[in-house]
Amino acid sequence: MEYLELFFKSIFIDNMVFATFLGMCSYLAVSKKVSTAVGLGAAVIFVLLVTVPLNWLLDQYLLQEGALAWLGEEYAQYDLSFLSFIMFIATIATMVQLVEIIVEKFSPSLYNSLGIFLPLIAVNCAILGGSLFMQSREIPTLGLATVYGLGSGIGWFLAILAIAAIREKIRYSNVPPALRGLGITFIITGLMAIGFMSFGGMLTGGEEEVKEAPKEVVIEPKDDVKEEDKKDIADNTLKIVK
Amino acid sequence: MGLLSKKDSKLILDPLADNNPITIQVLGICSALAITAELEAAIVMSISVLFVLGLGNVVISLIRNIIPSKIRIIVQLTVVAALVIIVDLVLKAFAYELSKTLSVFVGLIITNCIIMGRFEAFALGNGPWRSFLDGIGNSLGYGVILIIVGFFRELLGSGTLLGIEVLGDPIAKTGLYAMGYENNGFMLLSPMALIVVGIIIWVQRSRNKALIEDH
Repeated sequence: MEYLELFFKSIFIDNMVFATFLGMCSYLAVSKKVSTAVGLGAAVIFVLLVTVPLNWLLDQYLLQEGALAWLGEEYAQYDLSFLSFIMFIATIATMVQLVEIIVEKFSPSLYNSLGIFLPLIAVNCAILGGSLFMQSREIPTLGLATVYGLGSGIGWFLAILAIAAIREKIRYSNVPPALRGLGITFIITGLMAIGFMSFGGMLTGGEEEVKEAPKEVVIEPKDDVKEEDKKDIADNTLKIVK
Repeated sequence: MGLLSKKDSKLILDPLADNNPITIQVLGICSALAITAELEAAIVMSISVLFVLGLGNVVISLIRNIIPSKIRIIVQLTVVAALVIIVDLVLKAFAYELSKTLSVFVGLIITNCIIMGRFEAFALGNGPWRSFLDGIGNSLGYGVILIIVGFFRELLGSGTLLGIEVLGDPIAKTGLYAMGYENNGFMLLSPMALIVVGIIIWVQRSRNKALIEDH
């Protein structure tokens, strides 16, 4: 149940693109055609699925405070978490390279369809973002970390697929000249993000959700707005859930 | 400008408007959107990027002739990651609250496409001084958009600027609020960042027709 909950939460509620704006650059650049969007989306799912659990292991057994305890008593007080950025990005870059080599060796057809996207992915913020969110949200087990990686990947895939389909159609519409291309894509993404916010109440479960209109909490900026502001967007979405 | 030649000052001024990294080159969108719910975070983020991109461009440009081109991405990532770690630790030490607000987005400067984009497009082919100027110019262009978005989102969303209540007190109903004005809390939510950037692009391209794309 826990797994299923995290899975759907990472696809719909904490959607990488719509809730946290991760991987926007490639999302905007590679979404002109559905077929390329599918290729990139699939590559993102795959790489997230591999790197999030891997970085979870790194975080758990190498980087966190006290993570080195398995080496012996005297290592227990080390806290290497300041190295996590560099470790995560190194893992990601290596994994992407490795995946590229393996796929090229064993499945040339998949390589041909994914090939050009794989190097792009090393610098896709969705991938690093997946690992960093995994760290900051303190996901407890390896299984959950894998599910989180898979879910976020699928969420990203859905987003790029949707926008690519819309952009293919919008080509035939009469968009104001200055908005054509980038501008209208931004605004459509904004509207889609509003749509995705409606998933916010999905996992509250039970009667509690019905009693308190969940969105009010965020929408009404009262005196507690300062505290509201301090959370990032992701937390805002979480708040809707609560 | 006495200090800079005409060509050099173009490096700084171009990215501010007609070659803006966010609205024209489409680089570095992620962080531009996510942390602009308040102005202060937007400013700090711009300064961090200024530091990382300025220094990173210099470092990459200095070692550009000794990096084997096959592993250059990894080298670049390492340089950025090291600089970002510095930023992160400084923020944690001197502005802890703010570093909580920015949360993972400081780390995400590493994969901010602006940085890699400028490394690839400029620093690998130019000397340190020009790369430095290019880095400064591009991060200023990035900062300008961030600050504009942050300004409108904070002003319309919570009626404050940098935490100061400029429109009056919404609870005590003073200032504008006395006339029945209400904050638009929607501006604080993430989708509005996208729409605000979309509008900025619209305004910019209506003023300069040369920038208009044909789909």
